[in-house]
Amino acid sequence: MDQILSLAANNLLSPIILSFALGVAAALARSDLSVPEAAAKALSIYLLFAIGFKGGVSVSAHGIDAKLGFSLIAGIFLSAALPIIAFALLNVMTGLSRLDAAAVAAHYGSISIVTFVAATSVLESSGIASEGYMVAVAAAMEAPAILSALWLISRGGDGRRMDRDLWREILLNGSIVLLVGSFFIGWATGEDGLAEISSFIVAPFKGVLCLFLLDMGLVAGRGLRGGGGVLRPGVLAFGLVMPVIGSGFGLIAGLLLGLSTGGVALMMVLSASASYIAVPAAMRVALPEANPSIYLTLSLGVTFPFNLTLGIPLYIAVASALTGA
Amino acid sequence: MKTHKAKRVEITIEAIMQSRLTDALIGAGVTGFTVLPVLGGTGRSGTWVRAGEIGRASGMVQVICIIRPERLDSLLKAAFAVVEKHIGVVSIVDCEVLRAERF
Repeated sequence: MDQILSLAANNLLSPIILSFALGVAAALARSDLSVPEAAAKALSIYLLFAIGFKGGVSVSAHGIDAKLGFSLIAGIFLSAALPIIAFALLNVMTGLSRLDAAAVAAHYGSISIVTFVAATSVLESSGIASEGYMVAVAAAMEAPAILSALWLISRGGDGRRMDRDLWREILLNGSIVLLVGSFFIGWATGEDGLAEISSFIVAPFKGVLCLFLLDMGLVAGRGLRGGGGVLRPGVLAFGLVMPVIGSGFGLIAGLLLGLSTGGVALMMVLSASASYIAVPAAMRVALPEANPSIYLTLSLGVTFPFNLTLGIPLYIAVASALTGA
Repeated sequence: MKTHKAKRVEITIEAIMQSRLTDALIGAGVTGFTVLPVLGGTGRSGTWVRAGEIGRASGMVQVICIIRPERLDSLLKAAFAVVEKHIGVVSIVDCEVLRAERF
């Protein structure tokens, strides 16, 4: 318990979390602080490239083993299964319609890449190693949840079709292409490649992450201000309970796979996080009748801050305790 | 100067649906349109501002199309098939253009 509290305290007082808190506070106070749209886009491109590249370098250094394949399979399975659990939980805890519940459930099977980036940063700061290929697992977990949500809807007799454009948008969305592409570049060029650009992608990483999370805080704060009305107590409770349940499944998967402490923690983070980029866009196309203010406010305004502040230290502490680190 | 009557169709729609809408318009024989960014707004689905978007899920764009009056029906049928279930507004206003052969 002391370890969890200590990690949580350190995490809460890190520049990353305080930058996020500043953004939330500024938005709630109706400050005119904003990060220009193009700058925010550039920051996210930088972070995705850096995290993908470093993951690829790590794989090139440590080699590929069967765990990589099994981890990918486990990630895909978790992404497909978690929406079904979330859907059942939403039916019990909230009065959401079937459509809204399925749309929300899809978000909780998919992942938040920013939460993943923040968790890897905390792990690095704590000196805890993790498998570089977890980046690939993150990419693999983006899409299966969307199919599960559509299946949940089709079971109610309301069949939805995934058209070719939607498939392309999901599988080739910019974040996935950049993450997977930079992963392969890092894998191909290895330590030598990293040495060439480390002054760009290693040293400034945390500073850029702070600015990006400042923007995310502003977005989350605006979402809470504008969409807070849709968060009835049951819905709000779901946004806090589901990540803990999801992390439990991630923990089991990580332990069964025999991942390192950092790898288990990242599997928990991926299973606990909720998407707010790929899945909302897919839901707008596939389930346009579902209310976007519910799923966007929940994933971005409730679950994302929870994971960032309390979830990550909790998951790392549990992973450390159960892997004997 | 001689002017010609035309219809200006303004469709404000979710950014994620933009390519589907413009494909439908082209399929309906529309030869030209303009896509404009939308800075923000408020409606039945809540308030949003472009500066606060991190994905394309809740952003909006406006597609403007000027056509001859007799082609309005086919355009609206094609557009409606795309926008029917989505957030947005479709409005039609009368206008006049200088070079009728271009529409």
